[in-house]
Amino acid sequence: MAAAASPHAVRPTDEMVDVLIIGSGASGAAVAWSLAETRMRILCLEQGDWIKPTDFPTNGRDWEARRFADFDISPNRRGRETDYPVNDDNSPMKVANFNGVGGGTVLYTAHFPRMHPSDFRVRTLDGVADDWPIDYWTLEPFFAENDRIMGIAGLAGDPSYPFHQPPMPPVSLGKTGMRYAKALNTLGWHWWPSDIAIATTEYEGRAKCINLGHCTPGCAQGAKASVDITYWPQAIRAGVELRTRCRVREIVTNEHGMAAGVVYYDPSGVERFQPAEVVILAANAVGTARLLLNSASSRFPNGLANSSGLVGRNLMVHPWPQVYGYIDEQVDGDRAPMTVMWSKEFYETDRSRGFIRGYTLQFARGTGPVNEAVTSMAAGRLPWGADHHRAFRTLFYKSLRVGVACEDLPEAHNRVTLDPVLKDSHGIPAPRIDYTVGENTQRMMEHGIARSVEILKAAGATQIHLPPPGILNSPGHLLGTARMGLDPERSVVNERGRTHDVKNLFIVDGSIWVTSGGVNPTSTIQALALYIADQIKERIATLFD
Amino acid sequence: MTHDAGTVLTPAEQRDLRRLAGFMVPASAEYGMPGADDDAIFADIIRSLGRDLADVKKALGMLRELSGGVFADLDEAKAEAAATALLARKGGPITALGRAVLQCYYRDDRVFIALGLEPRPPFPKGHVLEPTDWTILEAVRARPRMWRDVDRREA
Repeated sequence: MAAAASPHAVRPTDEMVDVLIIGSGASGAAVAWSLAETRMRILCLEQGDWIKPTDFPTNGRDWEARRFADFDISPNRRGRETDYPVNDDNSPMKVANFNGVGGGTVLYTAHFPRMHPSDFRVRTLDGVADDWPIDYWTLEPFFAENDRIMGIAGLAGDPSYPFHQPPMPPVSLGKTGMRYAKALNTLGWHWWPSDIAIATTEYEGRAKCINLGHCTPGCAQGAKASVDITYWPQAIRAGVELRTRCRVREIVTNEHGMAAGVVYYDPSGVERFQPAEVVILAANAVGTARLLLNSASSRFPNGLANSSGLVGRNLMVHPWPQVYGYIDEQVDGDRAPMTVMWSKEFYETDRSRGFIRGYTLQFARGTGPVNEAVTSMAAGRLPWGADHHRAFRTLFYKSLRVGVACEDLPEAHNRVTLDPVLKDSHGIPAPRIDYTVGENTQRMMEHGIARSVEILKAAGATQIHLPPPGILNSPGHLLGTARMGLDPERSVVNERGRTHDVKNLFIVDGSIWVTSGGVNPTSTIQALALYIADQIKERIATLFD
Repeated sequence: MTHDAGTVLTPAEQRDLRRLAGFMVPASAEYGMPGADDDAIFADIIRSLGRDLADVKKALGMLRELSGGVFADLDEAKAEAAATALLARKGGPITALGRAVLQCYYRDDRVFIALGLEPRPPFPKGHVLEPTDWTILEAVRARPRMWRDVDRREA
């Protein structure tokens, strides 16, 4: 239980701030940048470190191996001092994240699709889940603003989206992309070069992409738009304070049921109290749910802002099977950004397919030699022993890979709770994930895998490898555990991101998503954060009414 | 000299692992490839076990059970049988063993050169990607709007 009666009686207390943001990732950076113009005193507490460009793996010969070590996408495998453990044993989808300035944008592919207009009206259109209390058009100006600040490359005119104009030209298709494009044209199916957060020209002080290839574990060139090099420098110049290695344990409330501030551990491990007028949570759908549940008190016995009982529930994570195909010539391999293009041919609902909603097909280039060997060995297509070298040459730089990005519908039993045993290095209870793939999603995956096989065959693949049963790519899309809505009994935050229960507590990360769409979420997470910041600025005089 | 058996491989484990690595990825004159038991590659493997150390030790324990003794001392036929039996197994220790060997093997300069690669990290030189002729998109551009205009606003 939080020490609600006297939150800072025995702890050093910091100077009051107007706005306290917890987490410096995609949404925390965006909201900090937007609010900076108010000249309020804004502080962000981040549990991780700044990552220098020279720290990224592509600087060294061990660049591939470090993806299995200090730049692994799993916090459990990575195990940095700044990580917290997650018990995801009871889930086929594992948690991927990064704890540092920039959060998940440090460790993402930079694939940058927006949600589609229909994604905000799932109940109205398809009779399942719920509609969002806002729509695509509410977010449209914030999508555009975010594209400008992050620096997005892409090509205008995609018929699967409302018109938008990315500020930079798209990443070239290369040999791998041309294979996919010709195959999809043969099938008569939609495709388009991806919107991607990679600078294809020099942009706002960032160097252009030189095809280092390993975008996910950080870009040594600085061409990939992680928020530590996009939003944060601007926000800090505008007066926002960002403190690293500060891990928040709980949000403390006062006698009026308002957030009074947070208890956190400073870099030397000292427990401190940081008072704040407004608290904004930006810690992703696992971290935010964990923090709210860890902030239970006598006034909020089931966790903070949890009168609906929905904190932690409706976790959505985008099951993402991948189908591999191998062709008879070497193509791009790992010598360019991994993501190439998308297809929205099966995105909108067609009930004749046997499921509702849909998926994006995402097309990838290959990998380097280590990843090809490790992945192919695990999948059983690369033998040990005398035949190893011959077999490797049939695989290396010859791979095509289609990912099926399935919309994951909200289900209350998919949830984040507090693990009764596992704790982080500060003794704070760690999150536990319980998740099963829904029936609709299962049918969607089967459909997507079958279509992927058709594409790979049309692209000339002679070896095709389906995902082994139960093995799903876990993209780290963590959504839905503090959903947005108008009804306080059926949602955690209102249509402006403010929690129904605590009038000075806002949530801006993927927790507030009502449904998940079938797209990588960063673009929409950031547009939402900018929208909520705008709502705060518009209502600053009556914010707590 | 003493060894902390929990944090490093013992000399006996290192002998077993080196012989096993030679079975896993043998040298090949045909392809001009060293084996994973090569001096430099094996030293890199030992140096780089890191997060996989505990699982690799488990795998070597399994190998010793399959061998009925010291794997490194077995004759060729028995050693090959034990190695084959171990590598046919599934699970975390075998996956970790494979990763530990492959992540070092496939970054060796000689292996890189034999595969036609420059032995260098991606940064700062990068790579060149051929430009795209976007006329390949013409058929897609000609398609009618695909998105559902549910909120009835003009794009």
